[in-house]
Amino acid sequence: MILDHLPALQVVVPLLAAPLIVLLRSGRLGWLIATAVSWTGLVIAVLLFLRVQDAGTISYAMGSWAPPWGIEYRVDALSSYVLVLVSLLAAVVLPYARLSIAAEVPSDRHYLLYAMFALCLCGLLGITITGDAFNVFVFLEISSLSGYVLIALGRDRRALRSAFQYLIMGTIGATFYVIGVGLLYLMTGTLNLADMATRLGAVQEVRPVLAALAFITVGLSLKIALFPLHIWLPGAYAYAPSAVSAFMAGTVTKVSVYVLLRFMFGIFGVRLVLPGLPLLEILTLLSAVAMVVASLVALLERDLKRLLAYSSVAQIGYITLGLGLGNVDGMTASVVHLFNHGVTKTALFMLVGGIVLRTGSCQLDALAGLARRMPVTCFGVVLAGLSLIGVPGTAGFITKWHLVLSALQAGQWWIVVVIAASSLLAAAYVWRFVEIAYLRAAPTGAASREEAPLQLLVPAWLLVAACIYFGFDTSFSLAGARDAAVMLLEGMR
Amino acid sequence: MNLVGHYSYWMTILLMVAGLYIVVARSNLIKKLIGLGIFQTSVYLLYIAPGKLIGGTAPIVSEQFAVYSNPLPHVLILTAIVVGVATLALGLALVVRIHEEYGSIEEDAILEIDQHTAAVQGQDGQPS
Repeated sequence: MILDHLPALQVVVPLLAAPLIVLLRSGRLGWLIATAVSWTGLVIAVLLFLRVQDAGTISYAMGSWAPPWGIEYRVDALSSYVLVLVSLLAAVVLPYARLSIAAEVPSDRHYLLYAMFALCLCGLLGITITGDAFNVFVFLEISSLSGYVLIALGRDRRALRSAFQYLIMGTIGATFYVIGVGLLYLMTGTLNLADMATRLGAVQEVRPVLAALAFITVGLSLKIALFPLHIWLPGAYAYAPSAVSAFMAGTVTKVSVYVLLRFMFGIFGVRLVLPGLPLLEILTLLSAVAMVVASLVALLERDLKRLLAYSSVAQIGYITLGLGLGNVDGMTASVVHLFNHGVTKTALFMLVGGIVLRTGSCQLDALAGLARRMPVTCFGVVLAGLSLIGVPGTAGFITKWHLVLSALQAGQWWIVVVIAASSLLAAAYVWRFVEIAYLRAAPTGAASREEAPLQLLVPAWLLVAACIYFGFDTSFSLAGARDAAVMLLEGMR
Repeated sequence: MNLVGHYSYWMTILLMVAGLYIVVARSNLIKKLIGLGIFQTSVYLLYIAPGKLIGGTAPIVSEQFAVYSNPLPHVLILTAIVVGVATLALGLALVVRIHEEYGSIEEDAILEIDQHTAAVQGQDGQPS
């Protein structure tokens, strides 16, 4: 039955689409294929999610080689949740991409861009679905290498510099990860994640395991852009083509967080292996600093895309903060924020893509009086901005509420203060946009009323609506996250 | 401590640290990529060396052989080499493009050019 092979199809379909797009050498066909593939991916991810809800974890033996010898694809509460997020964002961004890409990238490169997009999607889905530590590395590099190309296609020449910087940092991160996996393989003799977790309990020698934990944590933190390892992120997001920024901001860092969650809680089971090593405390502290410092930097940025990128660094702080607190509420907040922030930030970057298309700039100074020119776009930015701040009735609030609950449970009052401070700073940088777009007079001679085309507005507003919807109805986002959190924390006992 | 017996580990560590140092310390983009290559190569050694047993053969089940070397690390590293080659190729392609756009492959010079352009644009943006 084809339904039994859904886990393989999830990855294989975009993988096959990429060379097909290159062979056809047509931007239009390439876009059609990539869009069809992303929608197929979304259907598969939703089917997998529903099956996991019904029947529990799915284990798929790739090529019928039984795990732990063969490569196992493992779909459980957490990975099915992340699969839905990644494929949802791809399915929304691709219909948006055609016009935006047509305006920003020379037309002879379109088919290559869509091929890279399909590869990047394949890599991200592969990282999420696989249950094999080395396979994670391979998919990590597939998604990263195609990601560097996507960023380098930006029209500003700074895109090239940013892509190169990301390539260096990303490769160091991935190599650190593979060193860590090598050490674990030496100690346990297995690469299957589930098998590794059981065998690690019997390992007597602690030092190589600690070294592996250090390498994997630092390597993945580079990929996550955890403060202070975030310097590749602002340039990469700011100068990439808008559709690429939108897709990558929502997915790339999120998937790396997912791998970190898997290793820290699924394999090392932090508390068991590490008495006396304050890993979670360090993570909490760095997250808190990220939430405040990155928000401050965002407040000072003059470029709207860079502002959003720094805001991403701060929001990644929220995700790792919940992870550092280490109780069910904190973990739930982390996982649900993967989803909430993915949706919010992608919506914002898509709207900014519309602004760039119409005004040719995303310098804040150039956007004075924009609300009269593009009212629908600007209102969308404000609504998604409210979710970024975490105003009640938006998706962002759900995260903050659980983070505060978790901090109180852990008895860490100062974290509540940091969350409040970071929210205020977020309100301040969102207000900067409001002030410039709504309250400043438009420069004389500006175009009167010129809304972004519907092809850009509809997908972007779909996600803006999702920011609001998931602030009220949390039966998918929160319930799914809680299942995943409970599963992760059981791994620690 | 068995210094000679751990020869391969010492070499691994040396290559690893040297590669990483080159990446951080050099401003020339090509040299950075060379450093990155050395850094990645050290990992190949880390995987392959422990898989070899002295006197071990390929894992062919036969009564003549009793000790087998582990073949899996070789296969893994074959994949890692492919990844390394792809990274290097893409990195060099980017350097070519950077050289076309900036006329330089020194990181400091490129940063300076960017800051200069940003400053000029800032002055233009001010009066409006």
